[in-house]
Amino acid sequence: MAGVYVVVEHDQGQLAPSAGEALTAARRLSDHLNEPVIAVVIGEATTEFVSLCEEHGIPKAVSVLDPQIVDYGPELWGQAMAELFSLTEARVVMATGTDRGNEILAQASARAQIPFVANCINAEFSGAWELTRMQWGGSLLEDVTLDTSSLFISYAHHSVEAEPLAAASATQIESIEMNLDPVLCRSLVQDRVTLSEGTTLSTAAVVVSGGRGVGSAEGFASLEALAGLLSGKVGCSRAVTNNGWRSHADQVGQTGTRIAPDIYIACGISGAIQHWVGAMASKNILAINTDPEANMVTKAGYAVIADLHEVVPAIIAEIERRRGNSTST
Amino acid sequence: MRILVCVKRVPAPGSRINVTPDSLNVDTNHLGFTTSPHEECAVEEAAQIVEQHGGGVTVLTVGPSEAEEQLRYAASVGATAFVLVSNDTGIDWDPQQTADAIIESIAELEADQGQFDLILFGNESADSGGHQVGIRVAVALGRPAVNGIKGIEVGVQGVTARREVDGGYEVYSLEIPAVLGVKEGINLPRYPTMKGRLASKKAEISARETQVAPGAQQRRRLHQPEETVIETEILGTSSDAAPKIVDLLEELGVL
Ligand SMILES: Cc1cc2nc3c(=O)[nH]c(=O)nc-3n(C[C@H](O)[C@H](O)[C@H](O)COP(=O)(O)OP(=O)(O)OC[C@H]3O[C@@H](n4cnc5c(N)ncnc54)[C@H](O)[C@@H]3O)c2cc1C
Ligand SMILES: Nc1ncnc2c1ncn2[C@@H]1O[C@H](COP(=O)(O)O)[C@@H](O)[C@H]1O
Repeated sequence: MAGVYVVVEHDQGQLAPSAGEALTAARRLSDHLNEPVIAVVIGEATTEFVSLCEEHGIPKAVSVLDPQIVDYGPELWGQAMAELFSLTEARVVMATGTDRGNEILAQASARAQIPFVANCINAEFSGAWELTRMQWGGSLLEDVTLDTSSLFISYAHHSVEAEPLAAASATQIESIEMNLDPVLCRSLVQDRVTLSEGTTLSTAAVVVSGGRGVGSAEGFASLEALAGLLSGKVGCSRAVTNNGWRSHADQVGQTGTRIAPDIYIACGISGAIQHWVGAMASKNILAINTDPEANMVTKAGYAVIADLHEVVPAIIAEIERRRGNSTST
Repeated sequence: MRILVCVKRVPAPGSRINVTPDSLNVDTNHLGFTTSPHEECAVEEAAQIVEQHGGGVTVLTVGPSEAEEQLRYAASVGATAFVLVSNDTGIDWDPQQTADAIIESIAELEADQGQFDLILFGNESADSGGHQVGIRVAVALGRPAVNGIKGIEVGVQGVTARREVDGGYEVYSLEIPAVLGVKEGINLPRYPTMKGRLASKKAEISARETQVAPGAQQRRRLHQPEETVIETEILGTSSDAAPKIVDLLEELGVL
């Protein structure tokens, strides 16, 4: 049993933003285990895939081929990884813990009958596996041990930063032809629908968010106006979506969207841990809350202790005043 | 449609998740409990499908006897049959053990009452978030499974399911029987009505015992992630703070 096999995620040939993270995490684990890294692409090895492997100094990559792999399908991809695992006698199969990464590994590990540990932030082996993984979307950590030799592991998304090497080196690509069970094509992607192009809540530079303190759906009008002035997006807490004031697409948190804006303006949000994990990657946080003890306030870099219904319109007026001044001079 | 939904009882912590002195569990002394949110939406989705197409919704949980509370809640929002597979060891089973317990129960339920057309899971459980129990069950049953589902439409042949991706969605069409992992946001769960509360009191819960093989994954310790303590700068206590706030926005270059 040898080798750290890492799934490089892609959608119809386009590499996922997490692909570099996966290779970096795999290189570290390979150094620790003293076993080689093998990058895996399900489908054809594109030039983009090969250059990424070269930037990470991965000597060997495999392209898993089957004419039935015409698109993503959890069962087909999972079976391909399970077969690759037994064919190569891999020690570890890993991926980044994105929705797809976790899904592929869950499928593959179930088929290979090997344990899978999701969203790890650290993995070591010394006679047994010792892993630290995220629970509660990262609000709590769990140390686990497994008394097995081989393992499927996902690394929590964003827990490792992609670190290409200073000098690239050549990657040798090996193609492995498979003969996968045609029945598994039943869960291939049939169609794709694009709802919004460009900035989304998860990529916005400014997020103006409201919680129960906003009081109503109409109360969000001033937050919309402020977000508009800052070319940002409106977010909200789960209390707001539960009340039907905003769509769930706006929810920030463990079961909503994870954001990482330059500034997060949190209005009338208490900062429950499940909300916080979605917002904590923000570079700056401004909390507007009547309660100075609110978790959101004590964890924010900046705070205003006042009624959001007064503060938000005042910010809008001040921005408009300054803009008015600058256009008239 | 015969639908099975698997739900987990989880604590509902506030601003911090405290752990017990032995570090093996969440300290739930002052906490309430709830159904893991993705699964709450799965129950709602199942109730809506059955309202439209007829059939019944069975809800199954693996957990301590107190998990009866979550089953009764499901009864109050439209579920019709209830199964509690007891794990009274005081610590969660690992993902394979949980899947095994569910697989065994499904085999018995289906032998008695016929196949489930749909089995719904949450995308991941709120607490342990192993991202796999539903998929392990689906693989063992040889049924198609897709996670991350934010839309289900029942057709003549099977179901069309929408999976959320950044900026849009993917469409899957699956034959029945199928397994889906649902995400919060697929619907807005209803609140229990008066009639629902009555149904919840009357709900008959079928209790099951099971033996599971030892798990591979052993919990050693729960602990807090490292926190960076931050000094909060108070910019004001009234709308007079506006100029300072706008100064800050200018400084950050977002204006
Ligand atoms: C498993 C699980 C997952 C969850 N996932 C999420 C998630 O993804 N996202 C999420 O947000 N929550 C999530 N929650 C819910 C979370 O625990 C909280 O219940 C929720 O975040 C509270 O929302 P809130 O801060 O808006 O409301 P509250 O906690 O009620 O806070 C309202 C705040 O507004 C302030 N306020 C009131 N009036 C004013 C005013 N006029 N001006 C200024 N301030 C005012 C109050 O001081 C208070 O701090 C989850 C819970 C569980 C159990
Ligand atoms: N103890 C349990 N009882 C019933 N269903 C469960 C249990 N644990 C997990 N599940 C189901 O499996 C899904 C995935 O769980 P997990 O693999 O822990 O992320 C959850 O969303 C639930 O639907």
